[in-house]
This record gives sequence, C-alpha cells and structure tokens, in this order.
Amino acid sequence: MMCDECKKRPATVHITKIINGEKTLLHLCEQCAREKSIFDVSFNLEGEPFSMQKFLAGFFEPFMREFPEKSQPLSCDRCGLTFPRFSQIGRFGCSHCYEAFKGQLDPMLRRLHGKTYHVGKVPKRRGGKIRIKSEIERLKRELQEAVNAEEYERAAVLRDKIRELEQKLGRG
Amino acid sequence: MGVRDVSIEELLDTTKIEWINSTGPESDVVITSRVRLARNLKDVPFPHLLSRTQAEEVIDSVYRAFLTNPVLSKDARLYLMKDLSDTEKNLLVEMHFISPDLAKDDRGAVIISGDRRISIMINEEDHLRIQCIFSGLDPQGAYELASRVDDVLEEQLDFAFDERLGYLTACPTNVGTGIRVSVMMHLPVLTMLKQVDRMFSTMAQLGLVVRGLYGEGTESWGNLYQVSNQITLGKSEEDIIQNLLSVAGQIISSERQARRNLKGEDRLRLEDRISRSYGILTNSKLLSTQEAMGYISDVRLGVDMGIIKNLKPEEINNLFITAGPSYIQEVFKKTMTPLERDLNRANLLRQKLLR
Repeated sequence: MMCDECKKRPATVHITKIINGEKTLLHLCEQCAREKSIFDVSFNLEGEPFSMQKFLAGFFEPFMREFPEKSQPLSCDRCGLTFPRFSQIGRFGCSHCYEAFKGQLDPMLRRLHGKTYHVGKVPKRRGGKIRIKSEIERLKRELQEAVNAEEYERAAVLRDKIRELEQKLGRG
Repeated sequence: MGVRDVSIEELLDTTKIEWINSTGPESDVVITSRVRLARNLKDVPFPHLLSRTQAEEVIDSVYRAFLTNPVLSKDARLYLMKDLSDTEKNLLVEMHFISPDLAKDDRGAVIISGDRRISIMINEEDHLRIQCIFSGLDPQGAYELASRVDDVLEEQLDFAFDERLGYLTACPTNVGTGIRVSVMMHLPVLTMLKQVDRMFSTMAQLGLVVRGLYGEGTESWGNLYQVSNQITLGKSEEDIIQNLLSVAGQIISSERQARRNLKGEDRLRLEDRISRSYGILTNSKLLSTQEAMGYISDVRLGVDMGIIKNLKPEEINNLFITAGPSYIQEVFKKTMTPLERDLNRANLLRQKLLR
C-alpha cells in the first residue's frame, strides 16, 4: 500500500481515528506522518494530533454571541483572562473565573452536562452544612425514584431520613 | 523538593504492576478500569498560566501532602517531566501512568505508588489528576482508592470547590465531580463483525465516549477500546459509575455472545486464525507495534476462549505493554530506527511467549 499523502513511499503508519463514533482511515509513510505531525512513530510530543482544546474552543464559540461586544471585554479580575480568550483556548485561567464569567456559564454548562449544579462528593473540610445539604439533595432524588417505582416502604424510610437531616441543618 | 527519581528503569519491571499481574472481574473482556479525579488548588492559577517556579511549588506541595500518608505513599516515586527523555515519557503514556498531554509540558510531574495502582499527575490541564487503575471490571474499587487519595490530599491542600458547581476545573467539561471513569475493553469479535462503530455511535446518546488505546484522539490498536463518561456535573460519582457499569455490562454480553456464535458456526476458521497469529508472534523476524497488537489480540482471544491453553491472560497483558513503541527502546536503552525496533520487538515477544 502506498502513502495517501505523497503516493510515493510505502505506507507504514496506519491511523484509525474514531471521533464521536465516526471512523476515518489514513495510510501514510513515516515521513509524511511526521510532516503532518499526526503521529511521531509513537506519540507526538510537539505537535497536536487532535487538540481537545481546539475542538472545545469551537464548541464555546456560540456563547460568545450571546452578549454584544462591549468596549471592554469581560475579564477575570484575579488572573486577567478575558472571555474571548477563554472561548479561544477552552480553559479558564483560575478557579475565580467561574465567578467572573458566571453570567455566561449556565447555558454552557447546560449544553455540556445537561445540569448546572453539582451532586456528589464534597470535601470533608467543608464540613457539616454543605455535606448535609448535598446528602439531602441525594436522598430527595432517591425518594423521587422510590415514589416513581411505587416502592412506598423505601420512600417512607427516605422521607424520615430527610426530615432528620433537615432538622440537623436547622439546629446547626 | 523531596526525593525525585530520575530513572524510570524500575517501571520496566511489569511484574510490579498490579493491574497486569492480576485478573479482576470479567477479565475475559475487560482489561482494566480506571478512575481519575481532577482537582485544583484554591487561589493558584491553573497550570497553563503558571510560571516555572509556581509550577514547582505546586509539585512540591502535592508531593508533600501525599507523603503524609505512609501507607498509600509507600515506595512512591516522583518523576519530573523535565528530567525524562521523550522515550521515557512515551513509555509512561504506554503504561497508562500519564496522559499524552502531561508528557508535552515539562512543567509537569507524576507520582507513582509502589504497587503502581495510583498515579497522581501534577500540572496537567488541572493541578492534580488523581488516577487509579485496577484489573478487570472494577471501577468502584478504583474510585474508592482514588477517593481515599483525594481525602488524604485534601487534609493538606485547599482544593477549589464551589458549593453549587463542585470541584472547579480548568475546562468546564470536567467541573463538578471532576471524575472520569474509563473501562478498557478487548472487543475482537465485535470488531471482526464490524459492530463496534454502530455500538459506539449510540454511546454518545448515553453520555459516554469511546477513545483509543492511549486516550483522547488516539487510535484503537489490538481491538482495545476505552469507554468513559463525559458528563461530570449534576450526577454523583456513584451514579456515573453505575451508568458506565450497565453499558459495559451490555457490551460484555454482546462480545461474549458473538464469541460463542463464532465458536459454534466457524470454530475451525477461528482456531486457524488464532493459531496462525500465535505462529507469527513466535516466528517473526520483524514486527511493528500495530501488527503485533493485532496478533496479541488474537492470542488473548484464544486464551480467553480456551483455544490456547499454555498461556495466562496476565501474560498477554504483559505482551500488550511489551509491544508498545517505547518499551523496546527503554529496554535496550537506545533510540532505534523503525527497522531495529521491529527486529527487537519481534525478538522480545518471541522470548516472552516461548520462555
């Protein structure tokens, strides 16, 4: 088999890319593969065969249009990252960016995750209240599931647990 | 800075790698389960904005924090990317200790535990990526360990956490739990029957994604596929793991069913293919990684279906690593031409199979 690119040398590098379930095949000689910087025999350390950031940047682009150009682009006062820059690189500059770009965040998160709030592990150090709150949230969802499944005994147990935690929260 | 380890020599000893030498649940189809948790330090810019000095401070504080737990950090090693050669970094990628992204930036580092089950990538996209790798289908086991490591580190480090959004990450695709659960599956027969593509396209609808052998954007060699979750926000770690488990369960049963059918309908041809692949692996003079992976996959199938009886699945896991592009160069401690690599690879695989 000859190289897809130069059509001169034999193809020794065979690339199967699967992106979102779509498969593309590429047959290249080592030289062309290197030039195309797709595959440097093993891993390509310098080039970017497929950059998730670039891919994401395209994804974030639409959120840019949701607010009109201002004289000063929206930026994070901690790290200085501007929102247009974020849209280009697909990464925030610091954890404070989440606060700085709050207004832009929810539609983006909804598109990425379908949700806009965290459910799950909470750092132990954050201690009591958040932990209890998120436990209540979790139990409430479980309660809803139990009700939907018509498992009323389980639902009753869950309801009592939620009450207990809510009281605890009120006291704390 | 604490003890830093420049040589990765000892990592070549695959007998020390837990996931290679044990067989976990459903190991006829699932090779490994991996969990990684993304965490960031509060009030420190994300890694791509860090200066060299700041990056070193992050490495130092994470390493110190990990060392506070003598059990988990027993015989742990710290490797700084800037101390490693390209081949060494590639080998760490091939052995799944680090991601290709970490290898690209010399401000990063990785801590690898003595049993090689824990690796903590420092200054990848996030300050910390705690990763645990277990043999077979055991994402819960991997999560429990990763979460323990997280607890240990969290006692010493102040992580960026928001009450509403959870763990804050450099990329909003990881925010919330910061969890990625991946299951590495060996699907030779579904691949043979060209059913994988169709199956994978439905996975996106389930919030799952399929990746190649070495992660994002890499291809699938040796019929190995990584299935992982994409959504990290609004679902608990347990739910994310359960969702992945149920999909993995379906894939496992389809692959098994396909294997049984194939054995029933075309046993002779299947045995012939597997025996030929074994023959090629034990007689070749030259083998490229990709070609070798294909034969190793056949041999693994032969072992799992009881057609090849003198080999154990663990030995095949070892072969998958041996066949990687960088392993050969590290074993012989030199950079080689593609031809030399293919020659040495063929020799080493033959030796390991005929030992």
